[in-house]
Amino acid sequence: MAKVLLLFAHPALEKSRIHKSLIREVNDLEGILFHDLYELYPDFDIDVKKEQQLLLQHDIIIFQHPFYWYSAPALIKQWQDLVLEHNWAYGSKGKMLSGKTSFNIISCGGSREAYSKEGRNRYSIKELMAPFDQTAVLCNMKYWPPFVIHGTHRLTNNEIKGYTKQYRDLLLLVRDGSPAVDHITYLNELVSLPELI
Amino acid sequence: MDQNSFLFQAMVYLAAAVVMVPIAKKLGLGSVLGYLLAGIIIGPFALQFIGQEGEDLMHFAEFGVVMMLFIIGLELEPQLLWKLRKSIIGMGGLQVIGTAMLISLLAIAFGLQWQQAVVLGMILSLSSTAIVLQTLNEKGLLTTAAGQSSFSVLLFQDVAVIPMLALFPLLATVPVIQETTSTHSKTLVDGLVAWQHALVVFAAIVIIIIGGRFLVRPIFQLVAATRLRELFTATALLLVIGIAVLMSQVGLSPALGTFLAGVVLANSEYKHELESDIEPFKGLLLGLFFIAVGASINFNLVGQQPILILCLVVGLMLLKSLVLFLLGKIFKLTPDQNILFSLGLCQVGEFAFVLFSLSSQDGILPQSIIDVMIAVVAISMALTPPLLLLNERIIQPRFGSCQRADTKEADKINEFNPVIIAGFGHFGSTVGRFLRAHKIGMTVLDNDSDRVELLRKMGFKVYYGDASRYDLLQSAGADKAKLIVITIEPAEKRLEMIETIKKHFPNLRMLVRATNRYDAYDLMNAGMLHVYRQTLDTALRLGVDVMKLLGSRSYSSQRAARTFFKIDEANLKKLASIKDPDEYILSAKDKIEELENMLQADQIQAISEDTGWDEESLIEDAQRP
Repeated sequence: MAKVLLLFAHPALEKSRIHKSLIREVNDLEGILFHDLYELYPDFDIDVKKEQQLLLQHDIIIFQHPFYWYSAPALIKQWQDLVLEHNWAYGSKGKMLSGKTSFNIISCGGSREAYSKEGRNRYSIKELMAPFDQTAVLCNMKYWPPFVIHGTHRLTNNEIKGYTKQYRDLLLLVRDGSPAVDHITYLNELVSLPELI
Repeated sequence: MDQNSFLFQAMVYLAAAVVMVPIAKKLGLGSVLGYLLAGIIIGPFALQFIGQEGEDLMHFAEFGVVMMLFIIGLELEPQLLWKLRKSIIGMGGLQVIGTAMLISLLAIAFGLQWQQAVVLGMILSLSSTAIVLQTLNEKGLLTTAAGQSSFSVLLFQDVAVIPMLALFPLLATVPVIQETTSTHSKTLVDGLVAWQHALVVFAAIVIIIIGGRFLVRPIFQLVAATRLRELFTATALLLVIGIAVLMSQVGLSPALGTFLAGVVLANSEYKHELESDIEPFKGLLLGLFFIAVGASINFNLVGQQPILILCLVVGLMLLKSLVLFLLGKIFKLTPDQNILFSLGLCQVGEFAFVLFSLSSQDGILPQSIIDVMIAVVAISMALTPPLLLLNERIIQPRFGSCQRADTKEADKINEFNPVIIAGFGHFGSTVGRFLRAHKIGMTVLDNDSDRVELLRKMGFKVYYGDASRYDLLQSAGADKAKLIVITIEPAEKRLEMIETIKKHFPNLRMLVRATNRYDAYDLMNAGMLHVYRQTLDTALRLGVDVMKLLGSRSYSSQRAARTFFKIDEANLKKLASIKDPDEYILSAKDKIEELENMLQADQIQAISEDTGWDEESLIEDAQRP
């Protein structure tokens, strides 16, 4: 059973239907630590030592956040800037994260088609995740494809329920198994989306 | 009648000073010259308001010199004194010995007995502490190399007076007039043998040092606790006069004793308070002293032997300045500093008056010589300010680089911190602790003697006193500091302080604590840009926690509080600008009305939704076909 750290960042959770629903699932999952960054650091003063300690204690680091402006909310960037210190996370003496795994769980308003060469966002999610990908690689970590919930503005309550179930299954799979991620685009492909009534 | 004549005299002196000193200052001549001229004008040879009593007056006014040395001592921390030891002993010693020897040799060449020559040499080797330090201080030159060298030499001379006094009786040449002992007031040390005398002197010095260290502070604390300013002044005067009396009793120079006491107290938190209490007395007495010098110049004598006196004055000043210049060269003063140094100290000092009268009592010098010499001394003193003026206007400009006190050398004596914190109560201490934790240099002003005591123990630079007073601000370095944090109570005192600072230190930035909204209005109307309401941030922080405990997200609560804060500050500015300063005193009813207005404004503005990360319009857009 791998240890999972779920770094959650949402500046206005009150306004999000999907994330509210998702995170309701994680509290009772053993081995998964839900870490609510905006709640802990409303003033952006990240406790670097504590964050590094948490990283050391976990094998899989997940960033869960809305996909704002093709990236994460500002606090994630602040977290990266402060916690991933040179010669700790990377650099000639920075091997502390070596061998760990990281990926993103994101929600975005646009459809999957909108995130393609022909779509209005012109780039695929995979391409847009390049900064996270490269950050993980520089820290000697494996970077997995993201778990993506598209079209959040149009989700029905049923769809939200379905995604929530899929999200829960994914977390369990990540925690308990060693999924094969080599030939997939989204982690969504590893767990089925329940049939919606 | 007596009463009247005293008041009349006081009026004459004060009027002369009030008229002449501003004129002299306006003309750039300095206050010393102004006083001297005032003395000449009201003296026996012009308006004749004062006659022979000028000399008695001089003895009285010499106390100004004692006070001046006390203040100089206060400004000199012992560490600095230790640093100056080389120039005090080296320069001072060589100056006194060299000058005294040359003058003695010349005097012997002119046919004086060797004893007389030696006494004359010793007396004339001294310079005038009063004139030199006052003038240099006024010109802001005390902290330059020349200023410090002058100070060192003067300090040595003050010490050198003691052995001179001891030597005089041994050099008697004319039979001593018996009655002198009766006019000479009795002291503690009369009739003691040398080693006993030395023991008493030593004990007196020990008393001053130990008393200054351990006794003075609790006494001042006690006095400060009464919160009576005049009592503090009285205690300060008592201290100085007491030491002066003690020193004269054991046969030491009072000036030296008070100087020592000043040095002992230099590290005390009451330093600035003492300084500003003694300062006016010192100024007045010194002024009186200079007037007396001016009045005591015997123009009759000068008229009878003009050539002799002129030659003596010029020769003496020339000789003294040559010795000084040579010393300056040896001690590596730059040429411009060296000229200031040697011209500054080339007169004969006020101690000469005392020593001449003693030498006549001890029967060393005949009265005829003394009369001439006193005129010479007074003239040389009177010539010093114009000589320095000449130096400043004509000689120094030729060097191009007239060194001013505001260069780095100023740091030698005073440590100037960029921040001054006025008031170290709950509010000020929080600011202070924060700044200290980040090694930001600060000077603290506080008027709670217990707190001052504690903070001093903790290594803060703290001074006791009323922070709204100009002189305390001045000595705390308000002219050099970058900004001042004003947290003192009550609010009126803060406004008073702001006015003082606006007037005297226009470049000093002020950050002011406000007790509440109304106080903040006053401060804003006084032109303050940095006003901090002491309850606002804390109350809002509590509000944030209330929201969080009721289930709100912490980031959203914090954003809400910041928005509220900004709107409230903006409203405050608006309201402050509308306020008519005459309609300040708000009745309770007005206050309720204002609260109502505020609450209504909050309904409209502050509670408006945080539109950050809103998705509603996005959802609307997305649902459109």
